[in-house]
Amino acid sequence: MSARLFTVTALVAIALAGCYREKREFQSPAETSPPDPAKLSAVLPGASAALKPGSQPSPDRSHYEENAYAVNQGKRLYRWYNCSGCHSNGGGGMGPPLMDEKWLYGHEPRAIYATIVEGRPNGMPAFGGRIPDDQVWQIVAYVRSLSGQLRKDVAPSRADALSAAPPENTRENEKPVPEKAASSAASSAQ
Amino acid sequence: MPSRLIRPVVAAVASAGATLALAQDRPTVVPGAHDALAAAGRQAAHIGALWNLTVAICTAVFCAILLGLVLSLWRSGRAREDVPADLSSIGRHERGPYLSVLWSVGVSIGLLLVLVVASVVTDRALARMSLENAVNIDVTSHQWWWELRYGADQPSDTFTTANELHVPVGRPVVLKLRTDDVIHSLWVPSLAGKKDLITGRTATMQFRADRAGRYRGQCAEFCGFQHAFMAFEVIADPPDRYDAWVAAQRRLAAEPTDATARRGQEVFLRSACIMCHAIEGTSAGARKGPDLTHLGARTTIAAGTLPNRPAELARWIANPQDFKPGVNMPATTLSNDDMSALVAYLESLK
Repeated sequence: MSARLFTVTALVAIALAGCYREKREFQSPAETSPPDPAKLSAVLPGASAALKPGSQPSPDRSHYEENAYAVNQGKRLYRWYNCSGCHSNGGGGMGPPLMDEKWLYGHEPRAIYATIVEGRPNGMPAFGGRIPDDQVWQIVAYVRSLSGQLRKDVAPSRADALSAAPPENTRENEKPVPEKAASSAASSAQ
Repeated sequence: MPSRLIRPVVAAVASAGATLALAQDRPTVVPGAHDALAAAGRQAAHIGALWNLTVAICTAVFCAILLGLVLSLWRSGRAREDVPADLSSIGRHERGPYLSVLWSVGVSIGLLLVLVVASVVTDRALARMSLENAVNIDVTSHQWWWELRYGADQPSDTFTTANELHVPVGRPVVLKLRTDDVIHSLWVPSLAGKKDLITGRTATMQFRADRAGRYRGQCAEFCGFQHAFMAFEVIADPPDRYDAWVAAQRRLAAEPTDATARRGQEVFLRSACIMCHAIEGTSAGARKGPDLTHLGARTTIAAGTLPNRPAELARWIANPQDFKPGVNMPATTLSNDDMSALVAYLESLK
Protein backbone atom coordinates (compact mmCIF):
# COMPACT_ATOMS: atom_id res chain seq x y z
CA MET A 1 0.00 0.00 0.00
CA SER A 2 1.41 3.35 -0.97
CA ALA A 3 1.83 6.03 1.67
CA ARG A 4 -0.74 8.27 0.01
CA LEU A 5 -3.40 5.56 -0.12
CA PHE A 6 -2.72 4.77 3.52
CA THR A 7 -3.11 8.43 4.51
CA VAL A 8 -6.38 8.78 2.58
CA THR A 9 -7.80 5.58 4.10
CA ALA A 10 -6.79 6.68 7.58
CA LEU A 11 -8.36 10.13 7.10
CA VAL A 12 -11.62 8.61 5.81
CA ALA A 13 -11.71 6.20 8.76
CA ILE A 14 -11.17 9.06 11.23
CA ALA A 15 -13.86 11.18 9.53
CA LEU A 16 -16.38 8.31 9.53
CA ALA A 17 -15.75 7.71 13.23
CA GLY A 18 -17.00 11.26 13.80
CA CYS A 19 -20.41 10.36 12.35
CA TYR A 20 -21.25 8.33 15.46
CA ARG A 21 -21.03 11.49 17.53
CA GLU A 22 -23.93 13.01 15.54
CA LYS A 23 -26.02 9.86 15.02
CA ARG A 24 -29.60 10.77 15.87
CA GLU A 25 -31.86 8.28 17.60
CA PHE A 26 -35.44 9.37 17.16
CA GLN A 27 -37.25 6.20 18.14
CA SER A 28 -37.54 5.69 21.87
CA PRO A 29 -36.96 2.14 23.10
CA ALA A 30 -40.26 0.29 23.15
CA GLU A 31 -41.79 0.27 26.61
CA THR A 32 -43.92 -2.71 27.45
CA SER A 33 -46.06 -0.91 30.02
CA PRO A 34 -46.78 2.75 30.74
CA PRO A 35 -44.32 4.26 33.20
CA ASP A 36 -45.44 4.12 36.81
CA PRO A 37 -46.34 7.68 37.80
CA ALA A 38 -45.72 6.97 41.49
CA LYS A 39 -42.04 6.16 41.69
CA LEU A 40 -41.09 6.74 45.29
CA SER A 41 -37.73 7.95 46.43
CA ALA A 42 -35.61 6.36 49.10
CA VAL A 43 -35.28 9.53 51.12
CA LEU A 44 -31.59 9.11 51.78
CA PRO A 45 -28.69 11.22 50.60
CA GLY A 46 -26.55 9.26 48.20
CA ALA A 47 -29.05 6.46 47.71
CA SER A 48 -28.98 5.74 44.00
CA ALA A 49 -31.61 4.02 41.91
CA ALA A 50 -33.82 2.89 44.73
CA LEU A 51 -36.97 2.62 42.68
CA LYS A 52 -40.19 1.41 44.21
CA PRO A 53 -40.03 -2.38 44.63
CA GLY A 54 -41.63 -4.12 41.70
CA SER A 55 -41.33 -1.26 39.24
CA GLN A 56 -39.63 -1.97 35.94
CA PRO A 57 -36.01 -0.87 35.80
CA SER A 58 -35.73 1.46 32.83
CA PRO A 59 -33.16 0.73 30.14
CA ASP A 60 -29.93 2.56 30.85
CA ARG A 61 -29.39 5.14 28.11
CA SER A 62 -26.21 6.69 29.50
CA HIS A 63 -24.59 6.12 26.09
CA TYR A 64 -26.26 9.43 25.20
CA GLU A 65 -23.14 10.94 26.78
CA GLU A 66 -21.26 9.95 23.61
CA ASN A 67 -23.75 11.68 21.35
CA ALA A 68 -23.67 15.42 20.63
CA TYR A 69 -27.25 15.50 19.34
CA ALA A 70 -28.65 13.88 22.50
CA VAL A 71 -26.68 16.22 24.78
CA ASN A 72 -27.95 19.24 22.85
CA GLN A 73 -31.53 17.98 23.07
CA GLY A 74 -30.84 17.66 26.81
CA LYS A 75 -29.83 21.30 26.86
CA ARG A 76 -33.07 22.27 25.09
CA LEU A 77 -35.15 20.20 27.53
CA TYR A 78 -33.26 21.61 30.53
CA ARG A 79 -34.57 25.02 29.48
CA TRP A 80 -38.04 23.80 28.43
CA TYR A 81 -38.76 21.98 31.68
CA ASN A 82 -37.51 24.92 33.71
CA CYS A 83 -34.60 23.19 35.43
CA SER A 84 -33.01 26.63 35.23
CA GLY A 85 -35.80 27.95 37.49
CA CYS A 86 -33.93 26.53 40.51
CA HIS A 87 -30.50 25.46 39.26
CA SER A 88 -30.03 28.49 37.01
CA ASN A 89 -27.74 27.71 34.08
CA GLY A 90 -25.73 25.43 36.35
CA GLY A 91 -24.71 28.09 38.86
CA GLY A 92 -27.50 27.25 41.29
CA GLY A 93 -29.99 29.42 43.11
CA MET A 94 -32.89 27.93 44.98
CA GLY A 95 -31.39 24.56 44.06
CA PRO A 96 -27.75 23.47 44.30
CA PRO A 97 -25.27 24.41 41.55
CA LEU A 98 -24.62 21.74 38.92
CA MET A 99 -21.34 23.01 37.49
CA ASP A 100 -19.10 22.39 40.50
CA GLU A 101 -17.47 19.26 41.89
CA LYS A 102 -20.00 18.63 44.69
CA TRP A 103 -22.74 16.04 44.19
CA LEU A 104 -25.19 15.57 47.06
CA TYR A 105 -26.74 12.46 45.53
CA GLY A 106 -24.02 11.03 43.33
CA HIS A 107 -22.49 12.05 40.04
CA GLU A 108 -22.99 8.79 38.10
CA PRO A 109 -25.58 8.93 35.29
CA ARG A 110 -27.74 6.38 37.11
CA ALA A 111 -27.78 8.55 40.28
CA ILE A 112 -28.71 11.71 38.40
CA TYR A 113 -31.45 9.77 36.60
CA ALA A 114 -32.85 8.70 39.97
CA THR A 115 -32.70 12.29 41.24
CA ILE A 116 -34.78 13.53 38.31
CA VAL A 117 -37.27 10.67 38.25
CA GLU A 118 -37.79 10.30 42.03
CA GLY A 119 -37.11 13.80 43.27
CA ARG A 120 -35.03 14.62 46.39
CA PRO A 121 -35.81 16.18 49.76
CA ASN A 122 -35.93 19.95 50.14
CA GLY A 123 -37.54 20.84 46.86
CA MET A 124 -36.43 18.67 43.93
CA PRO A 125 -39.72 17.50 42.37
CA ALA A 126 -40.16 13.97 41.01
CA PHE A 127 -40.49 14.05 37.22
CA GLY A 128 -41.18 10.31 36.87
CA GLY A 129 -44.18 9.77 34.58
CA ARG A 130 -43.95 13.37 33.35
CA ILE A 131 -40.77 13.23 31.31
CA PRO A 132 -40.27 10.21 29.02
CA ASP A 133 -37.29 8.03 29.89
CA ASP A 134 -35.10 8.85 26.91
CA GLN A 135 -35.60 12.57 27.51
CA VAL A 136 -34.52 12.09 31.15
CA TRP A 137 -31.35 10.40 29.92
CA GLN A 138 -30.71 13.31 27.55
CA ILE A 139 -31.06 15.74 30.46
CA VAL A 140 -28.72 13.55 32.54
CA ALA A 141 -26.09 13.75 29.82
CA TYR A 142 -26.46 17.53 29.65
CA VAL A 143 -26.29 17.95 33.45
CA ARG A 144 -23.01 16.06 33.44
CA SER A 145 -21.67 18.29 30.68
CA LEU A 146 -22.26 21.34 32.92
CA SER A 147 -19.29 20.38 35.10
CA GLY A 148 -17.17 19.16 32.20
CA GLN A 149 -17.72 15.41 32.70
CA LEU A 150 -18.23 14.76 28.98
CA ARG A 151 -15.83 14.65 26.05
CA LYS A 152 -15.16 18.06 24.54
CA ASP A 153 -16.36 17.04 21.06
CA VAL A 154 -19.72 15.95 22.47
CA ALA A 155 -20.55 18.73 24.96
CA PRO A 156 -22.55 21.70 23.59
CA SER A 157 -20.67 24.70 22.29
CA ARG A 158 -21.62 28.37 22.55
CA ALA A 159 -25.30 28.95 23.37
CA ASP A 160 -27.63 31.06 21.21
CA ALA A 161 -28.55 33.28 24.15
CA LEU A 162 -26.25 35.44 26.25
CA SER A 163 -24.57 33.37 28.92
CA ALA A 164 -22.30 34.33 31.81
CA ALA A 165 -20.54 30.96 31.92
CA PRO A 166 -18.18 29.65 29.25
CA PRO A 167 -19.62 27.08 26.79
CA GLU A 168 -19.96 23.54 28.16
CA ASN A 169 -17.31 22.15 25.82
CA THR A 170 -14.62 24.49 27.14
CA ARG A 171 -15.17 23.72 30.83
CA GLU A 172 -12.57 22.05 32.99
CA ASN A 173 -13.51 18.63 34.29
CA GLU A 174 -14.57 19.26 37.91
CA LYS A 175 -13.43 16.03 39.51
CA PRO A 176 -16.35 14.80 41.65
CA VAL A 177 -15.56 14.86 45.38
CA PRO A 178 -16.32 11.55 47.15
CA GLU A 179 -19.92 11.50 48.35
CA LYS A 180 -19.05 11.45 52.06
CA ALA A 181 -16.97 14.59 51.81
CA ALA A 182 -19.66 16.27 49.77
CA SER A 183 -22.45 15.39 52.19
CA SER A 184 -20.42 16.50 55.23
CA ALA A 185 -19.64 19.75 53.41
CA ALA A 186 -23.35 20.14 52.74
CA SER A 187 -24.31 19.46 56.35
CA SER A 188 -21.71 21.92 57.65
CA ALA A 189 -23.12 24.51 55.30
CA GLN A 190 -26.63 24.07 56.72
CA MET B 1 -51.40 32.67 -20.06
CA PRO B 2 -48.43 31.32 -18.09
CA SER B 3 -50.68 29.97 -15.31
CA ARG B 4 -52.56 27.83 -17.84
CA LEU B 5 -49.29 26.24 -18.87
CA ILE B 6 -47.93 25.79 -15.37
CA ARG B 7 -51.02 24.51 -13.54
CA PRO B 8 -51.08 21.03 -15.18
CA VAL B 9 -47.41 20.57 -14.24
CA VAL B 10 -48.12 21.56 -10.62
CA ALA B 11 -51.11 19.23 -10.53
CA ALA B 12 -49.03 16.35 -11.92
CA VAL B 13 -46.28 16.89 -9.31
CA ALA B 14 -48.86 17.14 -6.52
CA SER B 15 -50.62 13.95 -7.54
CA ALA B 16 -47.28 12.15 -7.82
CA GLY B 17 -46.52 13.31 -4.27
CA ALA B 18 -49.90 12.13 -3.05
CA THR B 19 -49.37 8.72 -4.67
CA LEU B 20 -45.98 8.45 -2.97
CA ALA B 21 -47.53 9.37 0.37
CA LEU B 22 -50.28 6.78 -0.06
CA ALA B 23 -47.70 4.18 -0.91
CA GLN B 24 -46.11 4.87 2.49
CA ASP B 25 -49.42 4.43 4.33
CA ARG B 26 -49.46 8.06 5.27
CA PRO B 27 -52.84 9.80 5.48
CA THR B 28 -52.71 12.89 3.30
CA VAL B 29 -53.96 16.35 4.02
CA VAL B 30 -55.97 18.05 1.27
CA PRO B 31 -54.16 21.37 0.96
CA GLY B 32 -55.70 24.75 0.27
CA ALA B 33 -54.80 26.87 -2.75
CA HIS B 34 -51.04 27.30 -3.13
CA ASP B 35 -50.62 29.34 -6.30
CA ALA B 36 -48.66 32.55 -6.75
CA LEU B 37 -50.32 33.03 -10.16
CA ALA B 38 -53.89 33.01 -8.84
CA ALA B 39 -53.83 35.97 -6.46
CA ALA B 40 -56.48 36.00 -3.74
CA GLY B 41 -55.33 39.25 -2.18
CA ARG B 42 -54.17 42.74 -3.02
CA GLN B 43 -50.45 42.18 -2.27
CA ALA B 44 -50.26 38.96 -4.27
CA ALA B 45 -52.05 40.67 -7.19
CA HIS B 46 -49.40 43.43 -7.32
CA ILE B 47 -46.59 40.89 -7.16
CA GLY B 48 -48.36 38.80 -9.83
CA ALA B 49 -48.59 41.78 -12.18
CA LEU B 50 -44.86 42.48 -11.79
CA TRP B 51 -44.14 38.81 -12.44
CA ASN B 52 -46.28 38.79 -15.60
CA LEU B 53 -44.53 41.90 -16.94
CA THR B 54 -41.09 40.41 -16.21
CA VAL B 55 -41.99 37.12 -17.90
CA ALA B 56 -43.41 38.96 -20.94
CA ILE B 57 -40.30 41.13 -21.40
CA CYS B 58 -37.86 38.27 -20.85
CA THR B 59 -39.80 36.03 -23.25
CA ALA B 60 -39.82 38.74 -25.94
CA VAL B 61 -36.07 39.36 -25.55
CA PHE B 62 -35.29 35.65 -25.60
CA CYS B 63 -37.36 35.10 -28.75
CA ALA B 64 -35.83 38.16 -30.47
CA ILE B 65 -32.28 36.93 -29.76
CA LEU B 66 -33.06 33.40 -31.00
CA LEU B 67 -34.73 34.80 -34.11
CA GLY B 68 -31.75 37.05 -34.83
CA LEU B 69 -29.33 34.15 -34.38
CA VAL B 70 -31.32 31.85 -36.69
CA LEU B 71 -31.66 34.58 -39.35
CA SER B 72 -27.97 35.45 -39.36
CA LEU B 73 -27.02 31.76 -39.61
CA TRP B 74 -29.50 31.34 -42.47
CA ARG B 75 -28.25 34.34 -44.42
CA SER B 76 -24.50 33.88 -43.98
CA GLY B 77 -22.70 32.32 -46.92
CA ARG B 78 -21.47 28.72 -46.63
CA ALA B 79 -17.68 28.44 -46.74
CA ARG B 80 -16.07 25.78 -48.91
CA GLU B 81 -13.22 23.61 -47.66
CA ASP B 82 -10.71 24.59 -50.31
CA VAL B 83 -11.38 28.33 -50.11
CA PRO B 84 -9.41 30.17 -47.36
CA ALA B 85 -11.46 32.20 -44.90
CA ASP B 86 -12.13 35.81 -45.87
CA LEU B 87 -10.50 37.89 -43.11
CA SER B 88 -10.58 41.19 -44.96
CA SER B 89 -13.35 42.64 -42.76
CA ILE B 90 -11.16 42.51 -39.65
CA GLY B 91 -10.05 46.00 -38.74
CA ARG B 92 -12.48 47.61 -41.15
CA HIS B 93 -15.25 49.79 -39.76
CA GLU B 94 -18.60 48.22 -40.70
CA ARG B 95 -21.65 50.38 -40.31
CA GLY B 96 -24.26 47.52 -40.12
CA PRO B 97 -22.96 45.48 -37.16
CA TYR B 98 -21.93 48.70 -35.39
CA LEU B 99 -25.51 49.99 -35.50
CA SER B 100 -26.99 46.60 -34.43
CA VAL B 101 -24.81 46.51 -31.30
CA LEU B 102 -25.72 50.11 -30.51
CA TRP B 103 -29.42 49.35 -30.95
CA SER B 104 -29.44 46.21 -28.81
CA VAL B 105 -27.53 47.93 -25.97
CA GLY B 106 -30.04 50.79 -26.11
CA VAL B 107 -33.06 48.46 -26.13
CA SER B 108 -31.64 46.37 -23.24
CA ILE B 109 -31.07 49.50 -21.13
CA GLY B 110 -34.59 50.69 -21.93
CA LEU B 111 -36.25 47.36 -21.03
CA LEU B 112 -34.22 47.01 -17.84
CA LEU B 113 -35.27 50.52 -16.87
CA VAL B 114 -38.90 49.53 -17.44
CA LEU B 115 -38.40 46.59 -15.05
CA VAL B 116 -36.68 48.78 -12.43
CA VAL B 117 -39.51 51.31 -12.55
CA ALA B 118 -42.14 48.56 -12.40
CA SER B 119 -40.36 47.02 -9.40
CA VAL B 120 -40.25 50.34 -7.54
CA VAL B 121 -43.90 51.06 -8.35
CA THR B 122 -44.91 47.59 -7.09
CA ASP B 123 -42.92 48.06 -3.90
CA ARG B 124 -44.62 51.39 -3.25
CA ALA B 125 -48.03 49.88 -3.96
CA LEU B 126 -47.32 47.08 -1.45
CA ALA B 127 -46.35 49.63 1.19
CA ARG B 128 -49.36 51.87 0.49
CA MET B 129 -51.98 49.37 1.65
CA SER B 130 -54.20 51.09 4.21
CA LEU B 131 -53.82 49.54 7.66
CA GLU B 132 -57.00 51.00 9.04
CA ASN B 133 -58.95 48.59 11.26
CA ALA B 134 -56.19 45.98 10.89
CA VAL B 135 -56.10 42.60 12.61
CA ASN B 136 -52.87 42.20 14.62
CA ILE B 137 -51.44 38.71 15.00
CA ASP B 138 -48.10 37.69 16.53
CA VAL B 139 -46.54 34.78 14.68
CA THR B 140 -43.73 32.82 16.34
CA SER B 141 -42.06 30.06 14.36
CA HIS B 142 -40.74 26.94 16.05
CA GLN B 143 -39.05 23.79 14.80
CA TRP B 144 -41.45 22.77 13.12
CA TRP B 145 -44.75 24.57 13.64
CA TRP B 146 -46.27 28.04 13.86
CA GLU B 147 -47.57 29.71 17.00
CA LEU B 148 -50.28 32.35 16.40
CA ARG B 149 -51.25 34.85 19.07
CA TYR B 150 -54.24 37.11 18.42
CA GLY B 151 -53.95 40.41 20.27
CA ALA B 152 -56.91 42.35 21.73
CA ASP B 153 -57.55 45.54 23.64
CA GLN B 154 -58.50 43.53 26.71
CA PRO B 155 -55.61 41.23 27.74
CA SER B 156 -58.13 38.55 28.69
CA ASP B 157 -59.38 38.53 25.08
CA THR B 158 -56.04 37.51 23.59
CA PHE B 159 -55.76 33.87 22.61
CA THR B 160 -53.20 31.51 21.14
CA THR B 161 -53.62 28.90 18.47
CA ALA B 162 -51.34 27.10 16.03
CA ASN B 163 -50.80 26.45 12.34
CA GLU B 164 -54.21 27.69 11.15
CA LEU B 165 -54.43 31.43 10.63
CA HIS B 166 -58.01 32.69 10.39
CA VAL B 167 -58.38 36.15 8.85
CA PRO B 168 -61.43 38.22 7.84
CA VAL B 169 -61.94 38.91 4.12
CA GLY B 170 -61.37 42.54 3.13
CA ARG B 171 -59.62 43.65 6.32
CA PRO B 172 -55.84 44.23 6.38
CA VAL B 173 -53.80 41.82 8.50
CA VAL B 174 -50.52 42.78 10.21
CA LEU B 175 -48.34 39.86 11.23
CA LYS B 176 -45.54 40.46 13.71
CA LEU B 177 -43.00 37.74 12.99
CA ARG B 178 -40.55 36.27 15.49
CA THR B 179 -38.69 32.98 15.73
CA ASP B 180 -38.04 30.83 18.76
CA ASP B 181 -35.02 28.99 17.37
CA VAL B 182 -33.51 29.08 13.87
CA ILE B 183 -34.33 31.16 10.78
CA HIS B 184 -37.65 30.34 9.12
CA SER B 185 -39.56 32.05 6.30
CA LEU B 186 -43.29 32.61 6.02
CA TRP B 187 -44.80 32.24 2.57
CA VAL B 188 -48.43 32.11 1.46
CA PRO B 189 -48.07 32.50 -2.32
CA SER B 190 -51.76 33.16 -2.94
CA LEU B 191 -51.78 36.14 -0.57
CA ALA B 192 -48.34 37.77 -0.26
CA GLY B 193 -44.60 37.48 -0.78
CA LYS B 194 -42.09 35.75 1.50
CA LYS B 195 -40.78 37.17 4.75
CA ASP B 196 -37.91 35.73 6.78
CA LEU B 197 -38.17 35.24 10.53
CA ILE B 198 -34.67 35.91 11.83
CA THR B 199 -33.41 34.94 15.27
CA GLY B 200 -33.50 37.88 17.69
CA ARG B 201 -35.35 40.21 15.34
CA THR B 202 -38.95 41.20 14.75
CA ALA B 203 -40.29 41.55 11.21
CA THR B 204 -43.73 42.60 10.06
CA MET B 205 -45.81 41.48 7.12
CA GLN B 206 -49.03 43.01 5.80
CA PHE B 207 -51.58 41.45 3.51
CA ARG B 208 -55.27 41.43 2.78
CA ALA B 209 -57.36 38.51 1.59
CA ASP B 210 -59.96 39.64 -0.94
CA ARG B 211 -61.55 36.26 -1.60
CA ALA B 212 -62.79 33.78 0.99
CA GLY B 213 -61.05 30.43 0.88
CA ARG B 214 -58.26 28.25 2.26
CA TYR B 215 -54.72 29.14 1.25
CA ARG B 216 -51.73 26.95 1.96
CA GLY B 217 -48.53 28.40 3.37
CA GLN B 218 -45.12 26.84 3.81
CA CYS B 219 -41.84 27.57 5.56
CA ALA B 220 -39.60 28.74 2.73
CA GLU B 221 -36.20 28.74 4.45
CA PHE B 222 -34.50 25.45 5.25
CA CYS B 223 -34.86 25.12 9.03
CA GLY B 224 -33.86 21.56 9.86
CA PHE B 225 -34.90 17.96 9.43
CA GLN B 226 -38.67 18.50 9.12
CA HIS B 227 -38.63 21.75 7.14
CA ALA B 228 -40.82 20.13 4.48
CA PHE B 229 -43.54 19.37 7.03
CA MET B 230 -43.75 22.91 8.35
CA ALA B 231 -46.85 23.96 6.49
CA PHE B 232 -49.70 26.10 7.66
CA GLU B 233 -52.99 27.36 6.34
CA VAL B 234 -54.64 30.75 6.04
CA ILE B 235 -58.41 30.52 6.24
CA ALA B 236 -60.07 33.69 4.94
CA ASP B 237 -63.63 33.91 6.24
CA PRO B 238 -66.39 36.46 5.65
CA PRO B 239 -66.41 38.95 8.58
CA ASP B 240 -69.37 37.41 10.42
CA ARG B 241 -67.92 33.90 10.33
CA TYR B 242 -64.54 35.27 11.41
CA ASP B 243 -66.14 37.06 14.38
CA ALA B 244 -67.90 33.87 15.40
CA TRP B 245 -64.59 31.99 15.20
CA VAL B 246 -62.84 34.62 17.35
CA ALA B 247 -65.62 34.47 19.94
CA ALA B 248 -65.28 30.68 20.10
CA GLN B 249 -61.49 30.85 20.41
CA ARG B 250 -61.70 33.33 23.29
CA ARG B 251 -63.67 30.89 25.42
CA LEU B 252 -61.84 28.59 27.81
CA ALA B 253 -61.80 24.90 26.97
CA ALA B 254 -65.16 23.29 27.69
CA GLU B 255 -65.31 21.06 30.75
CA PRO B 256 -65.72 17.45 29.61
CA THR B 257 -69.29 16.28 29.97
CA ASP B 258 -69.19 12.51 29.45
CA ALA B 259 -67.17 9.96 31.40
CA THR B 260 -64.78 9.10 28.54
CA ALA B 261 -63.77 12.71 27.96
CA ARG B 262 -63.38 13.25 31.71
CA ARG B 263 -61.02 10.29 31.88
CA GLY B 264 -59.21 11.71 28.85
CA GLN B 265 -58.67 14.99 30.68
CA GLU B 266 -57.26 13.11 33.67
CA VAL B 267 -54.88 11.23 31.36
CA PHE B 268 -53.76 14.52 29.81
CA LEU B 269 -53.13 16.17 33.16
CA ARG B 270 -51.16 13.28 34.66
CA SER B 271 -48.95 12.32 31.75
CA ALA B 272 -46.10 13.99 29.90
CA CYS B 273 -48.49 16.13 27.78
CA ILE B 274 -48.65 18.95 30.33
CA MET B 275 -44.88 19.45 30.25
CA CYS B 276 -45.21 21.25 26.90
CA HIS B 277 -48.87 21.91 26.02
CA ALA B 278 -51.50 24.32 27.34
CA ILE B 279 -55.28 23.95 27.57
CA GLU B 280 -56.83 27.18 28.82
CA GLY B 281 -59.23 26.49 31.66
CA THR B 282 -57.22 23.57 33.06
CA SER B 283 -53.97 23.48 35.02
CA ALA B 284 -52.01 22.76 31.81
CA GLY B 285 -50.20 25.98 30.94
CA ALA B 286 -46.88 25.10 29.29
CA ARG B 287 -45.99 27.02 26.16
CA LYS B 288 -43.35 24.84 24.48
CA GLY B 289 -45.73 22.95 22.20
CA PRO B 290 -48.85 24.12 20.34
CA ASP B 291 -51.78 25.41 22.41
CA LEU B 292 -54.48 22.71 22.46
CA THR B 293 -57.39 24.73 23.91
CA HIS B 294 -59.43 24.33 20.72
CA LEU B 295 -57.61 21.49 19.00
CA GLY B 296 -60.87 19.90 17.85
CA ALA B 297 -61.66 22.97 15.73
CA ARG B 298 -58.48 22.62 13.66
CA THR B 299 -58.40 20.60 10.45
CA THR B 300 -54.82 19.34 10.61
CA ILE B 301 -52.28 18.31 13.25
CA ALA B 302 -48.51 18.70 13.37
CA ALA B 303 -48.31 21.71 11.02
CA GLY B 304 -50.30 20.25 8.15
CA THR B 305 -48.71 16.80 8.44
CA LEU B 306 -51.84 14.77 9.22
CA PRO B 307 -55.60 15.33 8.99
CA ASN B 308 -57.14 15.95 12.40
CA ARG B 309 -59.15 12.75 12.83
CA PRO B 310 -59.29 10.52 15.94
CA ALA B 311 -57.39 7.63 14.33
CA GLU B 312 -54.58 9.85 13.06
CA LEU B 313 -54.39 11.80 16.34
CA ALA B 314 -54.00 8.55 18.28
CA ARG B 315 -51.23 7.34 15.95
CA TRP B 316 -49.52 10.73 16.21
CA ILE B 317 -49.58 10.75 20.05
CA ALA B 318 -48.40 7.14 20.25
CA ASN B 319 -45.35 7.83 18.10
CA PRO B 320 -44.82 11.20 16.39
CA GLN B 321 -41.44 10.00 15.10
CA ASP B 322 -43.24 7.66 12.67
CA PHE B 323 -44.58 10.68 10.79
CA LYS B 324 -42.08 13.44 11.51
CA PRO B 325 -38.70 11.97 12.54
CA GLY B 326 -36.77 14.38 14.71
CA VAL B 327 -39.78 16.32 15.94
CA ASN B 328 -39.46 17.45 19.55
CA MET B 329 -42.60 15.64 20.69
CA PRO B 330 -41.74 12.33 22.40
CA ALA B 331 -43.62 9.08 22.01
CA THR B 332 -46.26 8.55 24.70
CA THR B 333 -46.99 5.04 25.90
CA LEU B 334 -50.61 4.72 26.98
CA SER B 335 -52.98 1.80 27.35
CA ASN B 336 -55.60 1.51 24.60
CA ASP B 337 -58.41 2.74 26.86
CA ASP B 338 -56.39 5.71 28.07
CA MET B 339 -55.42 6.61 24.51
CA SER B 340 -58.97 6.52 23.16
CA ALA B 341 -60.19 8.55 26.15
CA LEU B 342 -57.43 11.12 25.59
CA VAL B 343 -58.23 11.38 21.88
CA ALA B 344 -61.97 11.72 22.63
CA TYR B 345 -61.19 14.54 25.07
CA LEU B 346 -58.86 16.38 22.68
CA GLU B 347 -61.31 16.09 19.78
CA SER B 348 -64.09 17.43 22.02
CA LEU B 349 -62.18 20.71 22.46
CA LYS B 350 -64.01 22.59 19.70
